[in-house]
Amino acid sequence: MSEYLVQFNNISKFFGKVIALKDVTMKLKKGEIMCLLGDNGAGKSTLIKTLAGVHKPDEGEIIFEDQKIVFDSPRDALDIGIGTVYQDLALVSLMSVTRNFFMGREPQKGLPFFKTFDIDRANTIAAERMGQIGIDVRDPSQAVGTMSGGERQCLAISRAIYFGAKVLVLDEPTSALGVHQASMVLKYIVKAASQGLAVILITHNVHHAYPVGNSFTVLNRGKSMGTFQKKDISREKLLSMMAGGEELDKLEVELKEMDRIENN
Amino acid sequence: MSVKSESIQSKKGSVQDERLKKISPFRVLLNRPELGALGGSILVFIFFGIVAGDTGMFSAYGTLNFLDVSANLGIIAIAAAMLMIGGEFDLSIGSMIGFAGICIAIPAIYWGWPLWTSIIFAFAMAVLIGYFNGIMVVKTGLPSFIVTLAMLFILRGATLAITRLITGRTQVPGLRVLIEDDPIAWLFATDTFQWLFTWLGSMKLIALRTDGTPLATGIPPSVIWFIALTLFATWILMKTRYGNWIFASGGDKVGATNVGVPVGRVKISLFIGTAVASTIFACIQVLDAGSADTMRGTLKELEAIAAAVVGGCLLTGGYGSAIGAALGAIIFGTVSMGIFYTDVDTDWFKVFLGGMMLIAVVFNNYIRKKVTETK
Repeated sequence: MSEYLVQFNNISKFFGKVIALKDVTMKLKKGEIMCLLGDNGAGKSTLIKTLAGVHKPDEGEIIFEDQKIVFDSPRDALDIGIGTVYQDLALVSLMSVTRNFFMGREPQKGLPFFKTFDIDRANTIAAERMGQIGIDVRDPSQAVGTMSGGERQCLAISRAIYFGAKVLVLDEPTSALGVHQASMVLKYIVKAASQGLAVILITHNVHHAYPVGNSFTVLNRGKSMGTFQKKDISREKLLSMMAGGEELDKLEVELKEMDRIENN
Repeated sequence: MSVKSESIQSKKGSVQDERLKKISPFRVLLNRPELGALGGSILVFIFFGIVAGDTGMFSAYGTLNFLDVSANLGIIAIAAAMLMIGGEFDLSIGSMIGFAGICIAIPAIYWGWPLWTSIIFAFAMAVLIGYFNGIMVVKTGLPSFIVTLAMLFILRGATLAITRLITGRTQVPGLRVLIEDDPIAWLFATDTFQWLFTWLGSMKLIALRTDGTPLATGIPPSVIWFIALTLFATWILMKTRYGNWIFASGGDKVGATNVGVPVGRVKISLFIGTAVASTIFACIQVLDAGSADTMRGTLKELEAIAAAVVGGCLLTGGYGSAIGAALGAIIFGTVSMGIFYTDVDTDWFKVFLGGMMLIAVVFNNYIRKKVTETK
């Protein structure tokens, strides 16, 4: 048994002539939060969809609990325990908290052909689960539209965990949130990891990623620029890697040069 | 009062939460989609109670009359409402009614089929056409408005062309004699509770004909179907997994797919539902009139959608109720019949229908904002 829960080895994905991902490798242990950082167009979305089973990688392998895995559909990824929370959260704002929590996997009771949606049990579980993360849903039959952005994010994460996710893939969970809401979500992510889940946190916000991450993988133009443990890298270094720091350094030198010439 | 409600809550074992505001029953009602239709139907009954209370509109005969009209509309409005909650439209309902009518009449009259086989044939055609509508919408991703608009023309045209080709005319009469002793037709053609009406008549509680039989002979089949379908649809929407999938498919197609809801299958089944409801409508009307008419059901799709909208369905899907659509149908049915009992010219009915719909849409839009606003 290797120390890693899940390994993505040398993943590549091509769309026709476009190389969307090239040789990306990521390894996660239980309880680890890996932050996947990258600017727009770095290939984050393609990577998420590959992890979630939407795309099949053209090269490379996915190893989950020491077994090589091939996903034919998002359902396969879900079934083995890779739970993906997309940016749109897959929540319906006009539906109740409970109906959203159990959407697609409603508990049933009763005789065959007369099975009913066990809404009482669903209400209890939903309220309990939300309570555990410190969100008191005042009433589980209230519409999700009445919840704050952070609460919705937590609901979506909580749902993924309840339905058996061992690896959580979170797509920009804090991008649309204010400071307070974002810290609520980040706190919950840390708590989930401390209970033994492996978390892949996709973001372009280093300030949100750095405090919670154990390791950082930087993606640039479809290639991984390496994975760094927190002790080996500073926030500033990460930021400059993401933003194409070398280019900015070059720009600075050029500006100084222009300055010098003008002054002479 | 507050003490009482607290004790009820703790009995249920739910966690008491100081942030849980005591909600008045009125607020709870305000969060239900059928509120507007409920208020509307109460207003309509008060209005006709005052204006036409002594004209016989609310006698047994008069009541069954407007209930029959409401029920016929209700049968298709409920199916249309479920489809709308699922996020789609069906504009081919009216044409499907006409088509189903000749599917019953032509085999029975011209090909010598027993009536019950032609009824089954009509339902089989409905399932096929509903399936086709659904698969077209799901596979192509085209708006259902366009796909079913095309089907509206195709079915109406086919109905007319086939009927004229086979019969040389546009009506197929002569069905009435076939109803008796048929093993299925009674489902769509029998007045129920006749004993009750006979008894009421003998007690002189309801109006009688000159020969002593009651004027109202029983509950028409449309009303029984209407009540049964309302209950069935409400049970599905509120109490089953499939019901949750309908709301989810209409509320957010992509999100629902991502969490494993079979959105395509849900939508296809709802299209089959509207086509089958149209066929039930057609069976009742054709057997009641004893003839099929190629123009039967014209514009019924719009009335069904109007009733669903008045009943609280959102045009964007994901919200609505079957009871609301049923109440919407009752409002339209009551007004369309009740207007005969008043001094108002019946030409004004359509003005009322449109006005009612506008008010309902504005009202429902306001309610939706209320429901989803962050508190």
